Amino acid sequence: MSAQVTRATSTEDVAPRSVIRRKRYNPEKRRSTPLTILMWLCALYFVLPIVWLVIASTKSNSDLFSSFGFWFGKQISIWENLQNVFTTQGGIFTNWIVNTVIYAGVSAIGASLLATMAGYAFAKYRFPGGKLLFSITLGAIMIPLTALAIPTYLLFSSAGLTNTAWAIILPSLVSPFGVFLMRVYAADAIPDSLIEAARVDGAGEFRIFWQVGLRLLGPGVITVLLFALVATWNNYFLPLIMLNTSSLYPLTVGLAQLQAASAAGGGAQALFSTVITGSLVSIVPLIIAFLYLQRYWQTGLATGGVKG
Amino acid sequence: MLIVPLFYSGYLSFFQTKLVGGVSFVGLANYVKAFLDPAFLAGVGRMALFLVIQVPIMLGLALFFALALDSGRVRGSKVLRLLIFIPYAVPGVVATLMWGYLYGQDFGPIAQTIHLFGLNAPNLLSEGNVLGSMMNIVTWEFIGYNMIIMYSALRAIPADLFEAAEIDGASQWRVAWSIKIPAIRPAILLTVIFSIIGTFQLFNEPSLLHNLAPNAINSSYTPNYYAYNVAFVNQDVNYAAALAFILGIVIMIVSYVVQLTTQRRERLI
Repeated sequence: MSAQVTRATSTEDVAPRSVIRRKRYNPEKRRSTPLTILMWLCALYFVLPIVWLVIASTKSNSDLFSSFGFWFGKQISIWENLQNVFTTQGGIFTNWIVNTVIYAGVSAIGASLLATMAGYAFAKYRFPGGKLLFSITLGAIMIPLTALAIPTYLLFSSAGLTNTAWAIILPSLVSPFGVFLMRVYAADAIPDSLIEAARVDGAGEFRIFWQVGLRLLGPGVITVLLFALVATWNNYFLPLIMLNTSSLYPLTVGLAQLQAASAAGGGAQALFSTVITGSLVSIVPLIIAFLYLQRYWQTGLATGGVKG
Repeated sequence: MLIVPLFYSGYLSFFQTKLVGGVSFVGLANYVKAFLDPAFLAGVGRMALFLVIQVPIMLGLALFFALALDSGRVRGSKVLRLLIFIPYAVPGVVATLMWGYLYGQDFGPIAQTIHLFGLNAPNLLSEGNVLGSMMNIVTWEFIGYNMIIMYSALRAIPADLFEAAEIDGASQWRVAWSIKIPAIRPAILLTVIFSIIGTFQLFNEPSLLHNLAPNAINSSYTPNYYAYNVAFVNQDVNYAAALAFILGIVIMIVSYVVQLTTQRRERLI
């Protein structure tokens, strides 16, 4: 690395080297039109399916079959579709939304709190078996969730916990990746001298964590919170095996059930547009959350990616 | 919460429940059964094929996008970054439902477009095509996520490392290949391992596409889907526990081998 730096300084007469990456020399000339066009064409691949979903949700069931996919049908019936979504099976869709928000919200807050405490403890305290425990946590990132899901189901069913909200929330509280991220973050963000100072001033260990540690860990906590939120919100396998009362379903399982009913066809033809509109409704909150909080998750992923 | 289910799963896998005679200890019989079970082996083989084809395509594209956005040569790169990432915010279930309709013969826009040119649309959900269709769904969902990990790592490379090379006249390709990619190797390894874990755990896609194409996707299409069917349709939890256990071990071995080979290569250089 040092060789390159010295070489750069020796060519200082060619162009002044900027330290900040965004201000490079002669930025105008560096734009490449072919690459721009190529990239925007690729972006179509990611966006078109969602565009199709939006357009399809404005169509009535018969228009879906009779009109071209990427253009609107004879009439705009998004309003009727939305009404169908929220009234089908006695308004159970609202139930599913509320369930999803509760499961995801409680799990995310719990998981990020636990991960923060564990990460802080791993980073700032030495205790017997600490290294071993942390290696186990790292190894746990590798374990496929499904290898755990079936035995967890059996354990819960012998404890009588299946088919309750706890069956979704308890397993979601454990986030090995969150612990790993918080350990890396806490090691950098909280100086040991600060903890020492607080100890000298007579603060208890728990108070130090709560009043000193937690404030410095803010951005890290938000990252773990967001990812735990998404993981629970998008989880399909766990609720599918744990729950069998449809009023307890989250959105993912509920939508899958609707889709199975519409694919089975028969008298339930009108369900196609309902499934499509329901899908659209269920992705809007997450997309908004991601766009709104992008600053946080991008830094959080950077921490994991660089040090992982 | 992590270790107890794991041990319980291991414990269960040594037993067998029979209609007559109840639960009995059978030792490794469930494992022997799994290694001789053609349905399970076919599922693992299918995922190995999936891994060899889909993961390199997905990560290669993600790396290309990350490098292109990082090079600062694309107009509107901020918007592009978000557009590419958005599919990750779409739940796997919704993504599969949506693509299932896009693939469909009835009102799928892909078939409609091909019909416009007067050609016969292939059935994308037929037995021969459905694996490719599934690869496409997974690629669509996760390119953005992997791209962001690589992109964040690229931003963290100190600028002097490659600006010197640029001033010396190295092309963008050369800078990317010789400086940037080696510098973000840990991040790339992370995405490879996450992709391996994700591939062997595929469940949403086969289970939802099964409703649309019941003939193309059987109950053992992916190992995970098979374990689910064994446990909840056939009610054989002991065998399912053994399957889940083997699956976990296969994933660990593959991830470990990948780590070892990359490390050895680093030592050689």
